[in-house]
Amino acid sequence: METLTLEPLEQRLAPRRGRPPSKRRRATRRNLTSYGFLCAALFCFAMFAWWPIIKEVLLSFQQTNLVDKPSWVGLENFRTVMDDPAFGQAWRNTLVFTLLALVCGYVVPFAVAIVLNELRHARAYLRFVVYLPVMLPPIVSVLLFRWFYDPGPGLFNQALDSVGLPGLSWLDSTSTALISLVIVSTWMNLGSGVLIYLAALQNIPGDLYEAAELDGAGILKRIRHVTIPQTRLILMLMLMLQLVATMQVFIEPYMLTGGGPENATVTVVYLMYQYAFVYGGNYGAGSALGLMLMIVLLAVAAVQLRLTREEK
Amino acid sequence: MLNATARPEKATKSPTPVPDLRHKKPGKRRGAWADGHARTIVSPLELKSRWGRRIYWVLLTAVVVVFTLVFVFPLYWMVTGAMKTGEEIARMPPSLFPESPDLSVFADAWELFDIGTLLKNTLFYAGGAWLFALAVDVSAAYALSKLRPMFGNVILAGMLATLMIPPIVVMIPAYITVTDVPVFGWHLLNSPWAIWFPVAANGFNVFLLKRFFDSIPNELLEAAEIDGVPPWRVLVSIILPISRPILGVVSIFTVVAVFKDFVWPLLVLPDSEKMTISVGLSQTAGAVTQNQIMAGLVIASVPMIIVFFLFQRSIMAGLTAGSLKG
Repeated sequence: METLTLEPLEQRLAPRRGRPPSKRRRATRRNLTSYGFLCAALFCFAMFAWWPIIKEVLLSFQQTNLVDKPSWVGLENFRTVMDDPAFGQAWRNTLVFTLLALVCGYVVPFAVAIVLNELRHARAYLRFVVYLPVMLPPIVSVLLFRWFYDPGPGLFNQALDSVGLPGLSWLDSTSTALISLVIVSTWMNLGSGVLIYLAALQNIPGDLYEAAELDGAGILKRIRHVTIPQTRLILMLMLMLQLVATMQVFIEPYMLTGGGPENATVTVVYLMYQYAFVYGGNYGAGSALGLMLMIVLLAVAAVQLRLTREEK
Repeated sequence: MLNATARPEKATKSPTPVPDLRHKKPGKRRGAWADGHARTIVSPLELKSRWGRRIYWVLLTAVVVVFTLVFVFPLYWMVTGAMKTGEEIARMPPSLFPESPDLSVFADAWELFDIGTLLKNTLFYAGGAWLFALAVDVSAAYALSKLRPMFGNVILAGMLATLMIPPIVVMIPAYITVTDVPVFGWHLLNSPWAIWFPVAANGFNVFLLKRFFDSIPNELLEAAEIDGVPPWRVLVSIILPISRPILGVVSIFTVVAVFKDFVWPLLVLPDSEKMTISVGLSQTAGAVTQNQIMAGLVIASVPMIIVFFLFQRSIMAGLTAGSLKG
């Protein structure tokens, strides 16, 4: 009896509310809405992130002038690039730059962060000041330092002069040009490293230090046995991030030295830029160089993944 | 023995003997000196000893002086350099203060570099990039986190994989793509979309947003779903209001990145009417005097310094979020 009275009611409601969709139809619907939300991002990634990576591989085996259909040239581009006298120099410079920038951009910020974390005063000021150059557009730092490096009235030589030291020729000498670029690059990037390490240091539980102290560890031992092991993960991560970041040096040689003197500051990315946009559009050779750099960077990323996984 | 103390298990065994006082006010005790501070390498006792105090003050002064010299003095030199005359700026022992500070150089630089146009362009690119990237990345992260479509994980992995290849490495194929977008055949050189599209393709933004959305309990959304609220309304009226902090971080980093970027706008916005401020300054810097360059640099720095003053908190928070990627 009851069921008889209920059924018509349900049927009456059915056309208005629609039958509850089956599980499969609900899943399809959800997928459709999802992809609706995703489509803009998929377009951007496909066109401007994924496609360029594939295109780089293709281009490095092609010759193209952007007008005619590209022709396949095999390893020709790689040969062109490797025969360039600047090729070896560019890799060497990138390597030296990376190593120097690692010392300046990795060890120094960690030490600075340790000291800052100990201070009880002026913390906000110091944090603000150290991050200030990071906020400036790189062009500002670079042009500012170009003036400082001026061998005549530049700030650095005047400062050396005032303490009775002979001036340097900074950007104009093969022996100091690269290190001059490293100084600018360190100045403008130091802050982010310092603040990241500072945050990591603040997460170290204080009782670890207390315990180390009770065990008779001095300050240096506390750093070695508590601070460093506790921040190891972040230290390793930053090492890789720094490596990847410094391998991309461009604006410094572009604005300050143009790769000179005598290719002393040509970096891989800068050489790549020159092939494609300065030497009359040799996109193939530039891409071949880019592909090599990409492989190196991927190797670095693979090592990083491996290390962080082991740590976990 | 020492290694044993360094293990984290020990910390969990004796739960919080030292409460985290960092966020509390200095309070009634003897000031912020040692009590209002979490335990760090040097113990409060060591600091309070006579030598401890002396060394501390010497170190503090040294750090403040060195930091000011290294990070503030160059900026001071930039501002005062702008205000010196052409003769004074080239003088051999340089003057520490400009003799007759001349503010008209800023007006000259504004004219010479055409900073009005450059700044307007840059703000337009940065603002547009902000809105576009936020809209694209938020909806993508929402779909990946809450709607969970088929192949969602594959898509996310693909997005994250792009983080391993910095954009500058693929600048040549990316440039070629912009001159002729595949399938659509658009030519985007000198168009703001040449900036906006690639900015939105930022795997790190999607990752940060998705991670935040993941932490929002599903029960909150299910109630709305049962009531038949469409997904876009769930996103706008439930998720976005809770996600203000992460939206702030993503916004600021997007705007700052566009403002600071150099190589990409150099390639894709070659028209002097369309240039960003960084590129514009670099192109004209060879043709003007040193004090005019410095004045231009000061003007170019001002927007970023204002942003830093206003959003310091979000920027610092974003840095820590950034350090946890990987």
